[in-house]
Amino acid sequence: MSLSLIIKREFNAKVRNKSFIVMTFLSPLLIVAMGTLVAYLANVNKDEVSQIAIHDVTGVFKDDFKDTKNIKYTDLSAMPLDIAKKEVSESESYEGLIYVPQADSITALATKVEYLSNDSPNLDFVSNIEDVVNDKITKHNLKQLGFDYDKIEKAKTKAVIHLSKFSGEETFKEGSIIKIIIGGLFGYLIMMFVIIYGNMVMRSVIEEKTNRIIEIIISSVKPFKLMMGKIIGTSFAGILQFLIWTILGLGLFFILSNVFGVQVGAAAQPDAAAASAEAMNSAQLYLSEVWKLPLFTIFLSFIIYFIGGFFLYSSLYAAIGAAVDSETDSQQFLLPIIMPLMLGVYVGFFTVISDPHGTVATVFSMIPLTSPIVMMMRIPFGVPLWEIIVSMVLLFGTFFGVVWFAAKIYRIGILMYGKKPTYKEIFKWLKY
Amino acid sequence: MKPILEVNNVVKQYGNYTALNSVSLQVPKGSIYGLLGPNGAGKTSLIRIINQITMPDSGEILLDGEKLNPNHIGHIGYMPEERGLYKSMKVGEQALYLAQLKGLSKAEAKKQLEYWFDKLEIKGWWNKKIQELSKGMAQKIQFVVTVLHQPKLLIFDEPFSGFDPVNANLIKDEILELRDKGATIIFSTHRMESVEELCDDIALIHQSNKLIEGKLHDVKKQYRSNTFEVGIAPYNFQGLLADINTKYKTQQADFKTLDDELKLEVSLPQGGTSRDLLNYLMQHGNITHFVEKIPSVNDIFIQTVSQK
Repeated sequence: MSLSLIIKREFNAKVRNKSFIVMTFLSPLLIVAMGTLVAYLANVNKDEVSQIAIHDVTGVFKDDFKDTKNIKYTDLSAMPLDIAKKEVSESESYEGLIYVPQADSITALATKVEYLSNDSPNLDFVSNIEDVVNDKITKHNLKQLGFDYDKIEKAKTKAVIHLSKFSGEETFKEGSIIKIIIGGLFGYLIMMFVIIYGNMVMRSVIEEKTNRIIEIIISSVKPFKLMMGKIIGTSFAGILQFLIWTILGLGLFFILSNVFGVQVGAAAQPDAAAASAEAMNSAQLYLSEVWKLPLFTIFLSFIIYFIGGFFLYSSLYAAIGAAVDSETDSQQFLLPIIMPLMLGVYVGFFTVISDPHGTVATVFSMIPLTSPIVMMMRIPFGVPLWEIIVSMVLLFGTFFGVVWFAAKIYRIGILMYGKKPTYKEIFKWLKY
Repeated sequence: MKPILEVNNVVKQYGNYTALNSVSLQVPKGSIYGLLGPNGAGKTSLIRIINQITMPDSGEILLDGEKLNPNHIGHIGYMPEERGLYKSMKVGEQALYLAQLKGLSKAEAKKQLEYWFDKLEIKGWWNKKIQELSKGMAQKIQFVVTVLHQPKLLIFDEPFSGFDPVNANLIKDEILELRDKGATIIFSTHRMESVEELCDDIALIHQSNKLIEGKLHDVKKQYRSNTFEVGIAPYNFQGLLADINTKYKTQQADFKTLDDELKLEVSLPQGGTSRDLLNYLMQHGNITHFVEKIPSVNDIFIQTVSQK
């Protein structure tokens, strides 16, 4: 009876808060706006044309550097090298100079070509030059050996491997990118939710403590009930927010799936009309790949892992809130909480992507402090049900242990005023 | 009459520190009971135990003859010294919530709340947030929240701090009315005037021990010093002054009279009576003032606490 009252109050206090409403409805908009901005900025960058000078005394390569949309090559081979160097390094219009020196043979040029510039060039550009040089020399070598280059080119094939599961489901290569994105998104979301809502629990405990209503409330209900009510009520607010985001997200996907095609493709690449047919094709592939993911499992596991992870961490947040008098005092105790969360995200991003079912990823998806994050990242790749169940059982089992421990600190802490406790003192409270 | 609250040999320790050292109290039903003591004496520890916020290490507490248990929560109302309410919650909603936590149904809580809002003339505050109210206004809400569930035992920790004189008086009258309706009130305070004015019984706790307990009247009797304030217009001013000092212990006194009399505080010797003193004084002049000096609670408090 009183527990449900507390849950209701905490839920209302969170949901009616202006920042909750703003967060819930504005942040999806912000994400879309950010995405558009990034896409736009990437395009702005593409329109820049850089001019590269070529000084090729051998005359072997100068015709092989073909102008592209972003790079314009200018042949300065007629000038003496010194003047060309000076010209390029002092002029605003040139980015750099490709210098091909004299050599005994074309083959020897492989290691002789230089690129001179004021700034370090980007890696793509350098490998571009290398490709041109390699191509030319390879062609030359083949000719020397008596091969007909054109025939070799014709003889080459382009293999396409069809990926499918034993269950008959077809996948495609880029599908794993989708999985990484979706998995990463949900893992990251768990971390964000735990931190944001955990902080809410802590703040609400500190609020009750500093405005002293705590004594009135715990003269009516047991501190444990108050703590649990607070945690449960806040988690409901989190779940509500997630549900709203899910509905918005699904709506967006439906719209994309139906109306997709020229408009969206064109918006992303305004001046690549020719590519639009192909873009639509792969975009459709990506979208259909998203629909092929075990979306319901992901959704359900997110809720369960959020509840488990949130309960686990927020009971610690509640204990910290009880131990301190103000939010500024809480920093030193928060670090040990944030660390495993960060660890989960990093381990997730580095191990799950390279090997979703490897030992490291599997172990971290079992350890309760990191499992909500790491397992969420693994689930899009398909995880056996028993692994999910074991990790959930471990998570909830640990939660009961931690809650017992946190409740003891909470019970003593809420009545202690005036000074910031040390770890040693908090440890002593456990024995009261 | 059977006491409503019995505290029997309650001990509470925090680590090595003893907050309550085998304290026993008897709070009579329908009384206003002053729980006195300097800061850190153990009052708050005791109040928290009565409210079941903490458990005693040993000893027991009986409410209405029953061992204290969670069912008693709804029978006790507690206003802590450090007042507090949810700042961003609306007044009405908050009061309903706190009353429901005490076990009232929503309808009953609403009915009571309307009664009190009417009585204290604060009807317009229902939808205001606490942060929009002044400190004194919030105190009124705090009072309402404490008494809303009609508890039979009310515990007020420094109830008048933070109230302006008008509101303090209003709350005092409400407390007296609650007592007359049958509630028992425990007062924890440093303000001796209010104890003097309101309390029927007092207990004094000092350094974790109970030193005094009883009816205010009896305690005062116990602490009477047989001292009288005397105002006399003597026939021979210097003669009397010299003579009285050979018979009694005297001291300059300070009180208001119409003429320039001799004003003294006279302590009776062992076995002396006021009658002897009056007889003696009558022979030496016209008596204008003769009053027994009754020890104030303040005197008793200071005397007891500094003795220890």
